[in-house]
Amino acid sequence: MLRTEDLSKRYVRRGHEIVALDSVSVSVAKGEFVSIVGPSGSGKSTLLLALGGLIHPSQGRVYLDDQSLYDLSREERAALRRTTIGFVFQTFNLVPYLTALENVQVPLYLNRLSPVKQRERAADLLSKVGLGERLGHKPSELSVGEQQRVALARTLANTPRVILADEPTGNLDPALADEMLDHLSDLHADGATVVMVTHDPRMAARAKRQIRLAEGRIVTTESGASVGA
Amino acid sequence: MNTFVLVLKELRERKSQLVTSFMAIVLGITVIVAVRTITHFSEKGVAQELDNLGANVLILPKGATVNNYYAADFGEYVMPESYVDAITTSQLQGVDNLSPKLTEPITLRGKRAYLTGILPKDEFKAKPAWQTAGGIFSRPEGCGTVAPSSLSRLLGGTAQGGAGNPATRNEVVNTLGDSEVLVGGEVAQRLGLKVGSRLSVKGKAFTVKSVLPETGTVDDTRVFAHLHTVQRLFGRGRVVNAIEMIGCCKQISQGLIDGLNRLLPEAKVVTIKQIAQTQLNTNTMMERFSVIFLVIILLVGGVSIANYMFANVYERRREIGTFLALGATRGRISIIFMVKSVLLGLTGGAVGYVLGTLLATVLGPRLAQVPVLPLPALLGWAILIAVGVSVIASALPVSRAAQLDPAEILREG
Repeated sequence: MLRTEDLSKRYVRRGHEIVALDSVSVSVAKGEFVSIVGPSGSGKSTLLLALGGLIHPSQGRVYLDDQSLYDLSREERAALRRTTIGFVFQTFNLVPYLTALENVQVPLYLNRLSPVKQRERAADLLSKVGLGERLGHKPSELSVGEQQRVALARTLANTPRVILADEPTGNLDPALADEMLDHLSDLHADGATVVMVTHDPRMAARAKRQIRLAEGRIVTTESGASVGA
Repeated sequence: MNTFVLVLKELRERKSQLVTSFMAIVLGITVIVAVRTITHFSEKGVAQELDNLGANVLILPKGATVNNYYAADFGEYVMPESYVDAITTSQLQGVDNLSPKLTEPITLRGKRAYLTGILPKDEFKAKPAWQTAGGIFSRPEGCGTVAPSSLSRLLGGTAQGGAGNPATRNEVVNTLGDSEVLVGGEVAQRLGLKVGSRLSVKGKAFTVKSVLPETGTVDDTRVFAHLHTVQRLFGRGRVVNAIEMIGCCKQISQGLIDGLNRLLPEAKVVTIKQIAQTQLNTNTMMERFSVIFLVIILLVGGVSIANYMFANVYERRREIGTFLALGATRGRISIIFMVKSVLLGLTGGAVGYVLGTLLATVLGPRLAQVPVLPLPALLGWAILIAVGVSVIASALPVSRAAQLDPAEILREG
């Protein structure tokens, strides 16, 4: 479902070239749950953002369902993010001036759903994550765990087939981290493809396959899936 | 949710940051609308004066200016009343109506007003020399086209002149006793005066003979008494500080003014066209002011809005990155910020129009001596200018917002 071919990303900072990804080739099958692990600066987040169509590679290709992402226009990639890809962020990235309901409405609004349908869908999702009574609360009025669930509901708003989670448990205590992983496992069980970046070996172990990065290159994988570097 | 709701919610959340740029645009539009509204009615008033009067003549003491005349404040500027005799007994053609006046500031129940001495018509009739001068009150055929003013109608006289302009002061009242006064509308209202009421000025008791309708001019704050009574009360002797005259249009252009200048070398002779020119010059000045304010709003308002929008885009970097990750196009990001910019301009323009119109209606009658009414057409211009400035000023920050790299923002953590 997701595949990179010889993917490289280089930046120039203050005259120095930084290699974030170096000829990475990886594939993630439909319905797979993969974790990407590695030390800070190893290129995990860059790889995840490239898979989501947010970083134009310096070299190589990224395929989603055999469609080369970066051969699409920006608008077409944005459309894919609205309909097919869902991001989970470490810091939730909720909009502070919107209520829980409105935050979940954002992707639906971007997908041009009518306000009535937006409200119905958002309220339904929030009820499913146990926040049916907190629809009108702003992020600052919610606990960390509740904010995390609002963010998850927002990710699921347009029923994405691919979930890209960047350190989804990084800001959570162990109990909440386990709860988050339970949600991702449930999504995986429902057929979604999940790619999760994490520092935490315990969380990484919950995935079906681990890809370890170091200095922008894949160094190991811990399953039988096809991996190349 | 839609873009409008999203923008409104963000505005409500961060309204304190918006105040400065909003005030800049509101103040700019307020001043432009006020100046334009006053100028419009001032121009209209001048045009009406010229239409109604064609020409008119004002004779002032040498050092006095038209502004002294408009403000009814002559200070020590006076000239002999005998100038009236000189005019009426001269061979000058085209003198249609004469009204010598002496104005002195007075205080009535703690408020400033003016006591103006006028010469009633029967005084002219009492002087054989003035009768023989010919045609002072018998207007030649086709000379002047003004309908009888409210004052002359009120008094049943034949005085000429349009209300609300300098010709109003050109009235010649039929009769006015030594202890009789006519009171301006504002004075009457303030003091609760009616016909027959008693009024004391500088220790002298007067009876109100008539209350004049309001004209929106300094006349509303005047009390008119007999010229000689005023001269006596203030110990001035036989002096006046203005002689108003309706000259026949044709004769004005055929040497009446030159004749008056030769006849009264110690006086200043001003025609209504010159008076109007003063007003027109004021209008031109106000017109220039509105252009200057337009430039100021373009600069100050624009810079303020641009500054605010840059700060707003920077503050919302994470939100923009998140929106892009959730599938927003760069066009959508631009629309969200542009709707905010348009809303800012719309509100600023509308509020500025209301405040500017209020300011004009309050200050207009004082500054331009004309009644000022709202000009609805300016609302469109106010909004157009405000929205234009806001959108142009926001263009660069909005473009920056749309070009932000979501990956870079999201990696900031």
